[in-house]
Amino acid sequence: MKRGGMAVLAVGIMALAGGLLPAAAMARTYTIVIDKMTFGPVPARLRVGDTILWVNRDLFRHTATAKDHSFDIDLKPNKSGKLVLKRAGAIAFSCRFHPGMNGVLTVAK
Amino acid sequence: MVPVRVSGNLTAKPASKHPEREAVSRPLDEKDIAMLKTMKMLGAAGLLTVSGLALAQGNAGINDAQIAHIAYTAGALDVAAGKQALAKSKSKAVRDFASEMVRDHEAVNKKALALVKKLGVTPQDNATSKALSAGAAKEHDALAKLSGAAFDKAYIKNEVAFHGTVNGALKSTLIPSAKNGELKSLLETGLSLFTEHQHHAEQIAASLH
Repeated sequence: MKRGGMAVLAVGIMALAGGLLPAAAMARTYTIVIDKMTFGPVPARLRVGDTILWVNRDLFRHTATAKDHSFDIDLKPNKSGKLVLKRAGAIAFSCRFHPGMNGVLTVAK
Repeated sequence: MVPVRVSGNLTAKPASKHPEREAVSRPLDEKDIAMLKTMKMLGAAGLLTVSGLALAQGNAGINDAQIAHIAYTAGALDVAAGKQALAKSKSKAVRDFASEMVRDHEAVNKKALALVKKLGVTPQDNATSKALSAGAAKEHDALAKLSGAAFDKAYIKNEVAFHGTVNGALKSTLIPSAKNGELKSLLETGLSLFTEHQHHAEQIAASLH
C-alpha cells in the first residue's frame, strides 16, 4: 500500500513537472528466453505496465499460457511474443504443449 | 547410398564371430554395464525382439553414424505412432498429445538430418534401430485392432514405455558414446524433449482411468 501510494505521488510530481517524463516511460521491457524445453529465469521486480518479451530459441513450438487464462501466447521456434502485465499478483504460467515447463510471474502494482 | 566420408570412429567395427568368448575374456567395463542396462530397458518395454546377442554386438563400440540412426529412428517411429493416433482417436487430450509428438519429433529429426548432412555422415542401420522398429511395428499392428477408449489407453501406455526406453538408451549409451560435440548436444536436447513427453504421457495416462 505504502509503495502504491508513493507511485501515485511520483506520477503526481511528474504531472506537475509538465509531463516531461510521462508515466509510461517508467514501464520496462523484460525478456524471458525459452530454450531446451525450459523457461529461462523470471525477472524480479515486475510491475503492472511492464512488458515481457517471450523469446523462443528452442527447436520446438511452445506457448506461454497463464493458468488463469489471462494470457496465451503462441511461440513458434525462433519467434517471440509480447505480454503487457495488466494486473498485480502471482501469475502461474506453463507451456500448453509441455506441461512440465512452467513458472510464476510475480507482479507488483 | 552415399558412403560415409569420415573414417575412424564413424566406421563400424566388424562384428566378432565369437562375441560371447570376448565377453568372458575380460571384466565388464562401464560401457558393457550401460549396454546391459539398455538391453534390459528395451526388453522391459517389450521392444527386445531381436536376440540380446545381436543388440550386444550392435552396441559394442557404437559409432556416431549408428547413434544418429538410432535417435532418428526413435523420433520417426514416434511420429508414425502419433499419426496413427490422429487417424484413430477422438479424445481431445490424446489428439493434442499426438499432434505434439508429431510436431516435436519432426522438428528434432529435421535438425538431425541437417546435422548429419553437415558432418558428412550417413546414418547407419544397426541392431538397436532394428529392434526399435520391430517393436514399434508390432505395437502399431496391436493398436490398429483397437478403437475408442481402449485405443487411447493402449496408445498412451505405449508412449510412456517408449519414451522411457529411449530416455534410458540416451542416458546410458547414446549420449556417453557420441563423439561429435554437436551430435551430443542434439541428443541432450532430445533427452530433455523425450523426458518432457514421458511426463506428459504419464499425466494423460493418469487422467484416462
